[in-house]
Amino acid sequence: MSKPLLQVRNLSLGFARRDEVSESPRIVDALSAISFQLHAGETLALLGESGCGKSLTALALMRLLPQQARFQSGHVLLESSESGVRSEDLLRVSEDRMRQIRGRRMAMIFQEPATSLNPVMRIGEQINEVLRLHRGLTTAAGDAEVLALLDQVGLPDPARAAAAYPFELSGGMKQRAMIAMALAGDPDILLADEPTTALDVTLQAQILDLIRDLQQQRQMGVLLITHDLAVVSARADRVAVMYAGQIVESGPVAQVLNQPSHPYTRALLASLPEKAIPGKALTQLAGRVPPLGSWPMTCRFEPRCAIREPHCLEESPPWVFLPGAETPHEQHHALCWRVGDDSTAPVDAGEPLSASTQSTGSPPVLQVVDLSVRYESASKGLLYRLRQLWHRAEALPSSPVVDAISFDLRPGETLAIVGESGCGKTTTARAILRLIESESGQVILDGKEIVGRGIRPAKGWRRDVQMVFQDPFASLDPRQRIRQILSEGPRALGLSATDYDNNALIRLLDRVGLPPEALNRFPHEFSGGQRQRIAIARALAVSPKVLICDEPTSALDVSVQAQILNLLQKLQAETGIAYLFITHNFGVVRYLADRVLVMQSGRVVEAGNTEQLLKNPQHAYTRALLASVPVLS
Amino acid sequence: MFAYILRRVLYAIPILIGVNLITFALFFMVNSPDDMARMQLGVKRVTPEAIQQWKAERGYDKPLFLNETSAGVAQITDTIFYSKSLTLFAGEFGRSEDGREIGREIRERMGPSLAIAIPTFLVGLGLTVSLSLFLVLFRGTWLDRTGVVLCVGLMSISSLFFIIGGQFIFARMLQLVPISGYESNPLVAWHFLILPVTVAVVAGIGSSTRWYRTLFLEEIGKDYVRTARAKGLSDTAVLFRHVLRNGLIPILTGVVVVIPTLFMGSLLIESFFGIPGLGSYTIDAIAAQDFAVVRAMVFLGSGLYLLGLILTDLSYTLVDPRIRLK
Repeated sequence: MSKPLLQVRNLSLGFARRDEVSESPRIVDALSAISFQLHAGETLALLGESGCGKSLTALALMRLLPQQARFQSGHVLLESSESGVRSEDLLRVSEDRMRQIRGRRMAMIFQEPATSLNPVMRIGEQINEVLRLHRGLTTAAGDAEVLALLDQVGLPDPARAAAAYPFELSGGMKQRAMIAMALAGDPDILLADEPTTALDVTLQAQILDLIRDLQQQRQMGVLLITHDLAVVSARADRVAVMYAGQIVESGPVAQVLNQPSHPYTRALLASLPEKAIPGKALTQLAGRVPPLGSWPMTCRFEPRCAIREPHCLEESPPWVFLPGAETPHEQHHALCWRVGDDSTAPVDAGEPLSASTQSTGSPPVLQVVDLSVRYESASKGLLYRLRQLWHRAEALPSSPVVDAISFDLRPGETLAIVGESGCGKTTTARAILRLIESESGQVILDGKEIVGRGIRPAKGWRRDVQMVFQDPFASLDPRQRIRQILSEGPRALGLSATDYDNNALIRLLDRVGLPPEALNRFPHEFSGGQRQRIAIARALAVSPKVLICDEPTSALDVSVQAQILNLLQKLQAETGIAYLFITHNFGVVRYLADRVLVMQSGRVVEAGNTEQLLKNPQHAYTRALLASVPVLS
Repeated sequence: MFAYILRRVLYAIPILIGVNLITFALFFMVNSPDDMARMQLGVKRVTPEAIQQWKAERGYDKPLFLNETSAGVAQITDTIFYSKSLTLFAGEFGRSEDGREIGREIRERMGPSLAIAIPTFLVGLGLTVSLSLFLVLFRGTWLDRTGVVLCVGLMSISSLFFIIGGQFIFARMLQLVPISGYESNPLVAWHFLILPVTVAVVAGIGSSTRWYRTLFLEEIGKDYVRTARAKGLSDTAVLFRHVLRNGLIPILTGVVVVIPTLFMGSLLIESFFGIPGLGSYTIDAIAAQDFAVVRAMVFLGSGLYLLGLILTDLSYTLVDPRIRLK
């Protein structure tokens, strides 16, 4: 095996903070003794939940840290591109030298292509900047190279893309342009920080394929940061699992995923909905990653660990090497006292689920008949109307966003709607709730028509259908206390005061697994998963018959996703509520849904029983969608 | 684009009528034509006949809005509001109470006003943007902190202090420039202008620098700046090539809107330095209760302000490619 391109040894860094009590400055650990190697042509995945230090590690390698970060120890050795020249320690080179390395030897792509590009600079110019800086090209020569790069990353019309501003490109195209920009300096190492998290499933597969192809052509070392186990399994050669600023397990992907040795890795794997045992609830990892500054002294995972023992609190865990490695490079090791302890083998399996709640005999609680939604293409301003009068013309027909879709939902049933973004999933939900106007069709809720020609539903109909939104960080009013958030709905709908008094609200919080103290807090004091629990409690406060969930877990980590999915299961078993579940995650569909609708461009292309549809998809689009999902091997 | 401008111009008309109506109503409620006549004639010579004659000479003997003694269209046209206020739309400013033609006065006084306002605007903008970029380049250091403290200090001092202090030190003690006055010959005029322009720039520097610094710092925290640094660009290249252009977008809103109103001059500076511009004209008219002049200046000011708003929208399309006017 050749020398590694990049060797990270015992990298530790902390954040300068002021102590809350004594006001004295102190350093809070953020990364502890991170060590790994990256070889040319290899993909190393950094895996873990948010807040574990994955992105921070990548930024530390680039020395692009926030101001309050302090390196404490360690080495980051970058092999020279010329033979015979010694490697450099990136933590010790000058800032000028570091600038020659950034973009030239190591390039980085980021999670949010929408915000990571300069909004007022043309794509071509942003790429050209790198070419002029690192490859000494003139602007004219750079322009030709820009087109070649944009062509290489698979943009259909490179000239148009080069002349475009970021806002004129779609999310996938922007991420391709970001990759072109990263490649412009012809780097040896690519740091990809959650490159597909903000993208659709189908796009995700395309972008990951692109990165792999380019990596093979150029023999780049890729550090792939992700929280998605399936992405790791499909795209990485080796994986390092991070928890609370430490690497807790690392090794070749197949070994780590097939024989996970650290309890955290096991818990992550077990919480995937794909791994659910039929009839059992998902295994869930209780709690969450402790915030910076409150990490346990010895084993950092100990408070959440299912197999902890008293010894774990006394002494820091050792690195345990697992057998089977032929070279040091393929070494599989874990940071735990109980590695190889056979009694630990299975994590405790999930509780049995209560029997299926759906009542096939009963009439549907929600019926959607030929529902269509169309957005107006032009503004309805004064001049527009004058022009319309002048030409005596109707508005140009725009294509419908939702095109005559029909379905039923029975009490206690979960119906999933899947499809790419822009296919009309969310628009359907909004039309059912009358949040937007629909063009034609009917929605019948519990025997009463709520959407239809000339229909104005009787006051209070919203009690029966509620919604939980995708982003728990944006969907709760930041200035309201939880008490107000929960009681606003029942009050507005004129429910009796006993439905939202203190006791009722405490019971409500208890049902979603939150303590009574939460009532007097503000949303920002809670984590993403807790906020989504609050959002669910808010919806349940009026005891609806139908709950529309719009991607409720896609902004959450896997372990938190498992908690939320189990909660939804439990609530359905208790109340017989029906879920309309919008998602693009087939693992979630498999775990939660009784039936599935597949939507493409506003139409339902396939519908059916979950198991049958996933096993034996009929429509070409469903098959394509399923094929693009990375699967755990 | 054209449709957008046309629509905005059409919207401006009712706004201007409203402004006109409000100034008219306010002025006549506080100050009836009889009061105006007494004020102009002086207390001693006032007789009811003299007042009537004064009003008749200037057309103030008509009803305010509706003339019931006339017939047809004249019911509306033969009123004070129609003859005095609505004629402004045709560009007829009429005469001031002392008989001078307001339109000519405005044209003559525009020059001195612009001679102060344009250098103040350009030097002030250039200086505050450069200073704020300088502070941002040294963000987090003692230089930045000292700069912010100085800005707050400058903001907290009344501009009257700068005017009087400047006059005392540079004109009285050092005798470098005249205390006040104006000369239309450009070779001599700079002598009179340099102190008022400096004072106006210094008085405005604190708040703008501090505000622009905040805007630039906000831009620096954004993702695309991290991307630019990850490319290997130097701090100055990041600042001038990426942050500056994005940061200028919000600065533009505050700046373009005042460009047309530069014509109006500065009330304070012009009065204190004896500059015969539109600012001192307005102040004098208010003191003399000269309704005709105040009315004309308010109309001119609101018209220019509306023009500034339209220009702001147009300038957005130049610097921010995401904005298209429809």
